[in-house]
Amino acid sequence: MKKFAWLVGFIAITGFAYSQQATISKNRPLPSVDIKDVKGNPFNTSAIENNGNPIVISFWASWCKPCIKELTTIADIYGDWQEETGVKLIAVSIDDARSSSLVAPLVNGKNWDYQVLLDQNGDFKRAMNVGPIPHTFVLNSKREIVWQHTSFAEGSERDLIEIIKKVKNGEEIK
Amino acid sequence: MSHKTSYSSINFSALKKLYALFPSLLFLLFILPFLTHGQDLIKGSQVSGSFQADAQYYLKDSKMGITDSSIDGQLTRMNGFTEINYSFKNFTAGMRFEAYLPPLVGFDPKYQGYGVPYWFLNYKNDKLEITAGNFYEQFGNGLTLRTWQEWTLGFDNSLRGLRVKFTPVNGITLKGVWGVQRNYWEPYSDNNRGIVKGGDLDIFLNDLFAGLKDAKTKISFGGSFVSDYQRGKTTDILVDTMIYTLKLPENVAMYSGRLNLNVGGVNFYTEYAHKINDPSSINKYIYKDGNGIFTTLSYSQKGLGIQGSMKIIDNMSYKSNRLVTNNQLDINYLPSITKQHTYALAAMYPYATQPMGEFGVAGTFTYTFKRNTKLGGKSGLTFAVNFSNVNSLSKDSIYVSGINETTINQPGTLGYKTNFFTPGKEKYYQDLNIEVDKKFSKRWKGIFMYLYQTYNKDVVEGHLNEYGIIYSNIGIADITCNLTNRFSLRGEFQGLWTKQDKGNWAAGLLEFTIAPQWFFSIQDQWNYGNSDKNLQLHYYLFSAGYTYNTSRIALSYGRQREGILCVGGVCRYVPAASGLTLTITSSF
Repeated sequence: MKKFAWLVGFIAITGFAYSQQATISKNRPLPSVDIKDVKGNPFNTSAIENNGNPIVISFWASWCKPCIKELTTIADIYGDWQEETGVKLIAVSIDDARSSSLVAPLVNGKNWDYQVLLDQNGDFKRAMNVGPIPHTFVLNSKREIVWQHTSFAEGSERDLIEIIKKVKNGEEIK
Repeated sequence: MSHKTSYSSINFSALKKLYALFPSLLFLLFILPFLTHGQDLIKGSQVSGSFQADAQYYLKDSKMGITDSSIDGQLTRMNGFTEINYSFKNFTAGMRFEAYLPPLVGFDPKYQGYGVPYWFLNYKNDKLEITAGNFYEQFGNGLTLRTWQEWTLGFDNSLRGLRVKFTPVNGITLKGVWGVQRNYWEPYSDNNRGIVKGGDLDIFLNDLFAGLKDAKTKISFGGSFVSDYQRGKTTDILVDTMIYTLKLPENVAMYSGRLNLNVGGVNFYTEYAHKINDPSSINKYIYKDGNGIFTTLSYSQKGLGIQGSMKIIDNMSYKSNRLVTNNQLDINYLPSITKQHTYALAAMYPYATQPMGEFGVAGTFTYTFKRNTKLGGKSGLTFAVNFSNVNSLSKDSIYVSGINETTINQPGTLGYKTNFFTPGKEKYYQDLNIEVDKKFSKRWKGIFMYLYQTYNKDVVEGHLNEYGIIYSNIGIADITCNLTNRFSLRGEFQGLWTKQDKGNWAAGLLEFTIAPQWFFSIQDQWNYGNSDKNLQLHYYLFSAGYTYNTSRIALSYGRQREGILCVGGVCRYVPAASGLTLTITSSF
């Protein structure tokens, strides 16, 4: 009986969640979470902003090789992307106390031009339902999440810029 | 002990009844608002969530010593969870359902079962945030308190209770927590674990004073206080055939102070924490206070990053049950300052913080040679060196009148005297690693690494003079070739050379990806240098995966070598296994 109650409750909630997600809240706004900027000072995610231009939020960590590959690949062409679409990439490191002090030296050492945030205890990560990294989000001019993707394969940066261009032109993302 | 078990089982049955009602309560929690308020409520509401299932089918493998009994006769196993968050205006509610039917080999069998170990209700406005239910929190860098979760480790020490966060003026944040920690599926009942209370104050001067808003120097500081209440004024322990009755502190307090200073490219962080006497099975029931200090200093500018850190830990294990010795019920967080490696052979001998005492230093240097320079070539070259060293902490024995001896770690005494800023003579771990990251052309790029590691296997893994110290040289080449815009091929070639432990290893991997959706890989780790010819095994693994947006499905078949998986400061033993693994992850 108890097992059955669980099952019914669980299926109902999951099914309901999916249906709600599909019909009502396709474009999710950015949650407001207190994390830190790369200098270790308080930062609230509601301050993530790009004057109506597209925003890319990429969850990564200093110990995550595919994440670093993705960010390094984009770093090479980031200037062109910015010129073309005005996009801003925000690299949210989920490094915890063990390695968060390595983030700023790594970002600078690698010559990356991103805005970097520290999510030491995964508060932002949880609010965004991020599991495995890299996990990349694209936000539209209203700062709503319109597209997301996990993992990185060489060449997938091309798909990302196509999405960003569509967002810039106000096209709907399926 | 025996009276304790029966005592708590009485409460269990009552709690179990309540627990049985829980699904219905959750159901109401999610559905009721919609029934009562209809469309208005639905309009502004958001639902999001994530899902993961890891299922394994185990094969017997006589060469690896895997028999029916080592997998307990249960060949198919699954760990899975679904997390759902629902938000409406200032309110958020969430829950996570977990199932371990039965848990994968290497996870604690106590996880067997399913249920909702995590749920919360949260209200948040500009000044105030209130959470009821489970929450993850960190004070400072976590030396006094950190609750967190890591699925791959089977680690979750979330607090269930209340949390209040208050920002009276910009620049000042006050936090208060009050709750009990998760311990597998064990419901809380009187005395089966402690009640954790804590407060934290954080001040960011540049936000607090308008005049400092645009100052080049950024200063934030704070402090925290945590107390753990465990009922029971005395306990009986057995030492050398004698039973001693010890008086216990029912409240164990810990406090800390911290400072973060930033001037241009320079960043300085320091945190000091002090714990009052906390006799426990981890510190062998000594009454000495605990101390910890964690300091980092870094400088960076475009193309250059330098970081140094120091960590001293003395008797710092802090759990909400003094009897627990495994990775459960940790209140504070003691991460290792050594680099976390991800290449298979570089991660073969990972370090974990020794809470009873260690003295560690670490440093990293990263430099990028610009494009069109001699070393940088056409596309630049990044060079990084990382070094870390952890020794024991210098400790002196003390005179114990009861046994008329000068000794160290005698239960019921102050244990030892420490020379806090002096490293001890015993080496626990050392790692020197050099990494070169180079893009040769649009098509070719590579990462090359050399590592020299010193690993005190006895200390890190808790053996008694069985293995000694392992010295290993490791070389890695990771080369990627972009065949076309969509297709790429990656090869990893690794070698580990050591005269100790299991001897030399070679590892190789070939991975083919079709962006952005497919990957296929074959890999092998070969213990060719094992002194026992029968153990010169190949650990081959075939994997394939498909990703569609945020959903990913991966299948692998082969062998997994015995090892230690570490994330942050916590490590999990991964036993040798052979079989088929299916992993599905998704988020929405």
